[in-house]
Amino acid sequence: MALLEIENLHVEVGGKPILKGIDLVIEPGEVHAIMGPNGSGKSTLSYVLSGRDGYEVTDGSIRFDGKDLLAMAADERAIAGIFLAFQYPVELPGVAGMTFLKEALNARRKAAGEGEVDAMTFLKLVRAKAKTLGITDEMLKRAVNVGFSGGEKKRNEILQMAVLEPKLCVLDETDSGLDIDALKIVSEGVNALRDPDRSMLVITHYQRLLEHIQPDRVHVLAHGRIRRSGGKELALELEANGYAGFAEEAA
Amino acid sequence: MTNTSPLPFLAEAPAIDGAPEWLALLRRSAVARYGQIGLPGPRTEAWKFTNLNALKALQPVPATGLGHIERPDVFAGLDATELHISNGALSVFSGDVPPTGLEIVDLGDPDTVPAWVSETLGTVAAIDRHPFAALNTAAFIGGVAIRVTRGTMLEKPILLLADTQGGETQGGEAATIAHPRVLVVVEEGAVADLVEVHTGAGSHVSNTVVEVTVGVGARLGHYKWQAEGVDAFHLAMTAVRAEAKATYDNFALSTGARLARNEIRGELAGGHVDYRVNGAYMATGDQHLDTTTLIDHAVPDCHSQEIYKGVLAGRSRGVFQGKILVRPNAQKTDGYQMNRALLLSRDAEIDSKPELEIYADDVKCSHGATVGALDDDQLFYLMARGIERERARALLIGAYLDEAIATIERAPVREAFRAVVDAWMQANVTGADTGGAP
Repeated sequence: MALLEIENLHVEVGGKPILKGIDLVIEPGEVHAIMGPNGSGKSTLSYVLSGRDGYEVTDGSIRFDGKDLLAMAADERAIAGIFLAFQYPVELPGVAGMTFLKEALNARRKAAGEGEVDAMTFLKLVRAKAKTLGITDEMLKRAVNVGFSGGEKKRNEILQMAVLEPKLCVLDETDSGLDIDALKIVSEGVNALRDPDRSMLVITHYQRLLEHIQPDRVHVLAHGRIRRSGGKELALELEANGYAGFAEEAA
Repeated sequence: MTNTSPLPFLAEAPAIDGAPEWLALLRRSAVARYGQIGLPGPRTEAWKFTNLNALKALQPVPATGLGHIERPDVFAGLDATELHISNGALSVFSGDVPPTGLEIVDLGDPDTVPAWVSETLGTVAAIDRHPFAALNTAAFIGGVAIRVTRGTMLEKPILLLADTQGGETQGGEAATIAHPRVLVVVEEGAVADLVEVHTGAGSHVSNTVVEVTVGVGARLGHYKWQAEGVDAFHLAMTAVRAEAKATYDNFALSTGARLARNEIRGELAGGHVDYRVNGAYMATGDQHLDTTTLIDHAVPDCHSQEIYKGVLAGRSRGVFQGKILVRPNAQKTDGYQMNRALLLSRDAEIDSKPELEIYADDVKCSHGATVGALDDDQLFYLMARGIERERARALLIGAYLDEAIATIERAPVREAFRAVVDAWMQANVTGADTGGAP
């Protein structure tokens, strides 16, 4: 059974059609990339998957792990195994990083009928994963994302992903704003999470991220539809030719 | 014998004839002043956001008797010297022998008070334009005077529990009124902490006046939790005079009462005073919580800080009036003031009136006020990590309030106040109907 099945998905934002019939199937363990020009609907797709308010699905369906995803609230989707790594991670003044991670992990455990995580076990778990991402104890103590650089914010997203062990990682322009060193750290973090039972949807404007996170499939999203799908060589083709051809097709 | 004054709320007040001279003088001027100014009306500028019609409709009788007062659970672990004021009279003092350097005087026995009480009482709290302070001065039947003697460092905080028992509101039973009076004298170089908790069930008016003097180089941590019942009117004036190099760390947490006015007036009378008046107000239902403060920089080189955070749910209303006055010679004043209000429902309301009145030219003063709802982006971020909406809301509100709570310097008090915030959140945010919350 496919992990994610998107069928004929139409989405409007403020009455304006953004996604105009998306079909996409992701099997367990697969990494798919969605590429497209700015304004093509890439971020909208990530928000519709994660359940943000303000995105109206006017037609179509999304099944996740056999369940009707659109009937679930954002927190229920996260518990079911969807993780959105935000393009712009949100600052949470006054909420310490460790508190945030613990709340998120305990919400999962509660849903699974398990007790709260033991404090020492939790600390060890987070420290071990934080270390590989170059996240210091001091950063974990600070309020979530407050005063973090762009690279620190993105690494923090990957840390959350590593701790929460989702079934589907949706990476929304995770490479934006990163220098080459940060890009490598983040990519290594993502690659370490590749697993036969975990799928990924990598949304990006540029091919460079896909040099580090090798996709199984690449889709080109333009003007609210997937215009082409192919293997990873499609990303290279886009890098060489740009998105100009897709804009004309849509016109 | 009691007074038979026709003035509102003054019937059955203690008689002036027969009182010791110092008190008779105080009472006479208070009655005269109260008679001249009367109760504030809608045109009284200082009260323009707080309507007293519901209060004026009451015909309260004096609260009487010494009731039993339970220490609130959040302070169960606090090692403190405990004082009780029941219905306006000192009823309990936990240490029969007070710690060395701490003097406790019952104001209910004015004939025997020492000179430091008769000479100080009424000299800090202004009654000129403050009808309720005048009323308290005319009508208090007791209360407590506390002195921390020169150079004393009190290890245990003083925990003052003030409770007023009201009449039943159902069936129109008569309301009660009490006028707790407190004088705190922290002498030169002394260090102390005072925690006030105000409670009371039933329909009543608690009209409290607390006068504080902090001597040269002395330090007072002064923390108040106003936790009156939902049928209470709580009117309080805290008046502070801080001498040179004094530190005054005040925090006022307001969660109780149908209508409350917490007024804090500070006179920074000597150089290099560190004066902090911070607080938080959390209201729900039809509560009306008014915080009004004056910080009077009378001399140069003082520092003042005021950070208030409000959370308003239901149809509640918050009022914040904060004035910083910098007198002509108060050069090098450093003042900071901020009031932030978080509205959890469309029907909640905040009136914020920050005021800077500066007559000196070499000062650093800033103020600000913000009002807003919970941030949708933050809420979504938390939910996208699997945290339920209500829990996410509680986390965000808790973090927001904690910026204020964190200013409390005395750790056990800070933790107790955090517990109050958590309990309030549990009752009013987590799973509760906050009235069309976003």
